[in-house]
Amino acid sequence: MRILFKTSYDQDIRLFKDWHQGRWYLLLLLALLVMPYLVSTFVLGEVTNVLIWSLAGMGLMVLVGQTGQASLGHAAFLAIGCYANAILQTRLGLPFLVTFPLAGLISGLAGVLLAIPTTRLHGIYLAIATLAVSILVEDLIVIAEPLTGGVGGIMVPDIAIFGFNINRYGNPFAFYWVVLVVALIVTLFYRNLLRAPTGRAFAAVRDSEISAQAMGVNVARTKAVAFGVSTGITGLAGALMGHFIGFVNHEAFLILISIQLLLMVVIGGLGTIHGAYFGAIVVVFLPQVLAFLRDWISQVSGVGSIVIPGIETAVFGVILILFILYEPRGIYGSWIKLRTYFELFPFYRRDMFRRQKSYLKTERMR
Amino acid sequence: MSLLEVRNVTLKFGGVVAVNDVSFEVEEGEVFALVGPNGAGKSTLFNLISRFYDPVEGEIVFNGENLLKHPPHDIAKLGIARTFQNIELFEQATVLQNLLVGRNRFRKSNLFSELLFLPSVRQAEIENRRAVEDVIDFLDLHAYREKYIAGLPYGVRKVVEMGRALAIQPKLLLLDEPASGLSVEETQDVAFWVEDIKKQMGITVLMVEHDMHLVASVSDRVMALADGKKLALGTPQEVQNHPAVIEAYIGTDDEPAEKVA
Repeated sequence: MRILFKTSYDQDIRLFKDWHQGRWYLLLLLALLVMPYLVSTFVLGEVTNVLIWSLAGMGLMVLVGQTGQASLGHAAFLAIGCYANAILQTRLGLPFLVTFPLAGLISGLAGVLLAIPTTRLHGIYLAIATLAVSILVEDLIVIAEPLTGGVGGIMVPDIAIFGFNINRYGNPFAFYWVVLVVALIVTLFYRNLLRAPTGRAFAAVRDSEISAQAMGVNVARTKAVAFGVSTGITGLAGALMGHFIGFVNHEAFLILISIQLLLMVVIGGLGTIHGAYFGAIVVVFLPQVLAFLRDWISQVSGVGSIVIPGIETAVFGVILILFILYEPRGIYGSWIKLRTYFELFPFYRRDMFRRQKSYLKTERMR
Repeated sequence: MSLLEVRNVTLKFGGVVAVNDVSFEVEEGEVFALVGPNGAGKSTLFNLISRFYDPVEGEIVFNGENLLKHPPHDIAKLGIARTFQNIELFEQATVLQNLLVGRNRFRKSNLFSELLFLPSVRQAEIENRRAVEDVIDFLDLHAYREKYIAGLPYGVRKVVEMGRALAIQPKLLLLDEPASGLSVEETQDVAFWVEDIKKQMGITVLMVEHDMHLVASVSDRVMALADGKKLALGTPQEVQNHPAVIEAYIGTDDEPAEKVA
């Protein structure tokens, strides 16, 4: 059992409370640095995919987990980021290092624009409004054919950094490094935001708008900032996703992707950065696990190959239901329990994390 | 000049007159209590001062500043903090984070300096923490610093909410029923705190409270309201013995007693 002695306020502010905590993240980073040399290119590609989805997840997490605003339209911002990045490169010939941040910026501005009319909406109404945006962007891609290639789609060029051409298949290592660096920077920024006044303003808006207002938090502005940061990060993820897929058309970012993103952050654990990563691992590796199981079953039973259309979505749905019923705090919640079990060994008690129901009624202004 | 001046304020919800032509002044450094039966308009007055509602008529002046010209999120910056009748804390945050939100008023950093967590942001955070620790010391909240609100008992939540308001370092503190639902001992604690807030911190207190013992022991002046109208204003004793106040609470003689039985 470990006891944390705090000797300065800075200890609560800096990234890691003590050396013990920092050590684990250092190990994780080392593992990520060494991994490419140990696994096959296929697995490396999948891990790259996980990192890209984690980015998208972090984007949505800022909005849903931190600020408590629902969004069923984040695929639209993936699309905006992806197309902005690709079009700026192919049409204007700008280098990746310029177009990539621009893609995030454009997507973020689009998010702020969306926030201006929707900040007065709550819960289900906000979800519907964002859903509409998702559909709208899908149609816009088809309509703006001269720019986006419409139904025919466009090729996303290789990432070019200082003359090096980075292609997912050509040099998976370099592609992985690019994605890893972006993921690390975004994670650091996200963490910074959480420990700064903006992060607390997000939480205040999430938990009680009325009292956030009384504390001097400008609710509308905070929501707009949350939308901007969230869609900005999602735009970055979209840009990388475009490079990863290599070819995009109007079907690359359907509403299903929006829903999948939302399920991802819920399964991962709402309101935590870890949750975005855990959720992404599930989203990326679930199809692989299912394919593996399918092969195994057909082999054992001797029926031949079984194809069940839509099985992934169904399994995903079942997993979500199980999580909401038994572990509403997501994979991160389970992880915390496991960690506490080992940290306190042998003093862990079963009901340590039992949630207390409170029946206080609140007076909210709508 | 008084710290807070409420002049001829009227608020109507449809046909219901919630506050009817109420005027009063709160002097700097006093504890001013609002009393009255349920539905008298006390909390509505608080919400008017917090700018959650726009009055139909009248004006509210704080420290020479016309409050009606400011949006609700400016009120804290002007130096008015408040608590809520039905506790409105940030449930999924720790006590410390709740108190730190109160420091939002002193925020100087912008989004970009916070994304990079520049040294100035860190310095400001340490300063915020130091200020919040003073409040934690004052209210004896040490044991709950890292606890999430969602798991805290009612009494502690009440105290945390008062702490969050104090973290704003206000000139005027609005306490909406600070002792409702508290035990006798806890109510005594509240009385001591209110005394200290007034004397040590020099903060003016305006409170709504039903517990007449608490009101009588801490407040300098009391205003009684009923049906949105001002009934009486004066020292606690004066108001308690005022015929209109007794009538509002107990009723008049002309109601036949037989009907009740």
